[in-house]
Amino acid sequence: MLEIEDLCVRFRRHRAPMLTVLEHLDLAAPSGAVTGLCGASGAGKSLIAAAIAGTLPRNAEATGRITVGGKIPAPQTVALAPQGLDALDPLARIGTQLARFARLGGTSVDAPDLLSRLGLAPRVLDAWPHELSGGMARRACLATALATSARWLIADEPTSGLDAASADRIMALMADLAAEGYGIIVISHDLPRLSSVSRTVTVLEAGRPVETAPGKAFSGDGAALAHPFSRRLWQAQEVGASC
Amino acid sequence: MLKATAITHRFGAVKVLDHADLFLAPGQIAGLVGPSGTGKSTLGRILAGHLAPLSGHIEADGAPVGFGPGRPCPVQYAPQASELSIDPRWRVGRILENGGAPDQGMLEALGIRPEWRDRFPRELSGGELARVSLARLVLPTTRYLICDEITAPLDALSAEDMMTALRALARRGMGILVISHNYGFLRRHADLVMQLQHGKFAPAGIA
Repeated sequence: MLEIEDLCVRFRRHRAPMLTVLEHLDLAAPSGAVTGLCGASGAGKSLIAAAIAGTLPRNAEATGRITVGGKIPAPQTVALAPQGLDALDPLARIGTQLARFARLGGTSVDAPDLLSRLGLAPRVLDAWPHELSGGMARRACLATALATSARWLIADEPTSGLDAASADRIMALMADLAAEGYGIIVISHDLPRLSSVSRTVTVLEAGRPVETAPGKAFSGDGAALAHPFSRRLWQAQEVGASC
Repeated sequence: MLKATAITHRFGAVKVLDHADLFLAPGQIAGLVGPSGTGKSTLGRILAGHLAPLSGHIEADGAPVGFGPGRPCPVQYAPQASELSIDPRWRVGRILENGGAPDQGMLEALGIRPEWRDRFPRELSGGELARVSLARLVLPTTRYLICDEITAPLDALSAEDMMTALRALARRGMGILVISHNYGFLRRHADLVMQLQHGKFAPAGIA
């Protein structure tokens, strides 16, 4: 179980008051399941990912407690596939980057097999990041996190910019990894796909969690959702469409 | 009218555009769909003069597309990965003024708050940065706007707001090409939707 208790994130700023961007977040993510996070743009979703992975910007201050199995997570426990494609090293081929992440995770990787699970051809291993389309780079970014073999994965917008078939494949992969016993946290705007694989989905608005609902509550007109913001967000979705 | 005729481009052995023709009228919102890796972003970069095609011709309102110091291109391209198109050491205010004074109405329509100006890009979310990246391209000289998956990092409610802002620009006479994987979203918001298939454009249905 990955547990977050009362997480707050604030930014220190030059000659300006502290900026609070995330307040009082509690989250319990069991291993063997997908836990979803969604919410308005700027609600603080990616900061949660960064706080868990220990990659918050230098001027950010986090308070609260994040534990995995009751303990402060050791290095290499949690792998993060970040939202920004600037996470890929522009000066290294994809294959080199996957091998590097595997080495950091103390393991080796069957790179062609990993890429095929993500719907990428083996030739991507020899490609430089700038040679990939946005959707291919997004999946390469996810591959670097998976190459570490960490038991916990946080995927930040893994289907953003992907066509429908690729997005379906990636969300199905998240569910498969959970079924294999991994703990998976997925941040996504693609609520129809996210809710279909998630045990619970936590909805955030302006730095505060407003509701944690079971994945299946996101259906029909959203009557099973308790908070008006969750219902509005759900009703604005293009059900059955891509992302 | 933005006219791209007989555009051909290839990367190594891969031909992504093959004598493709595309026309975008002032005030029109056109959608472009196509699977990942078929050349949609390449097309966007070619239209805005970021990339020279191997062959073909592009003209905006009768003049070849070009730019120079103090003369921004009439075709602007909003890239898919906004984090790769800004200087991480610039504050948001400077980024917004990159090409000139930003359009005040656009800032408001996109929900860009004045207090963001003092922040660095890392202190904005992915969706907030996508909106900043778009707003700086709306200049008095901008006649055509190519939006590459700019709603992808946004929640559904913010995506609707962004399309409302783009519709307002179209009413002022701007021609807009929206590249997206979300066909249903384009059908609702675009005047027509095209798809890129085998290096050429084909109608993907009339909205």
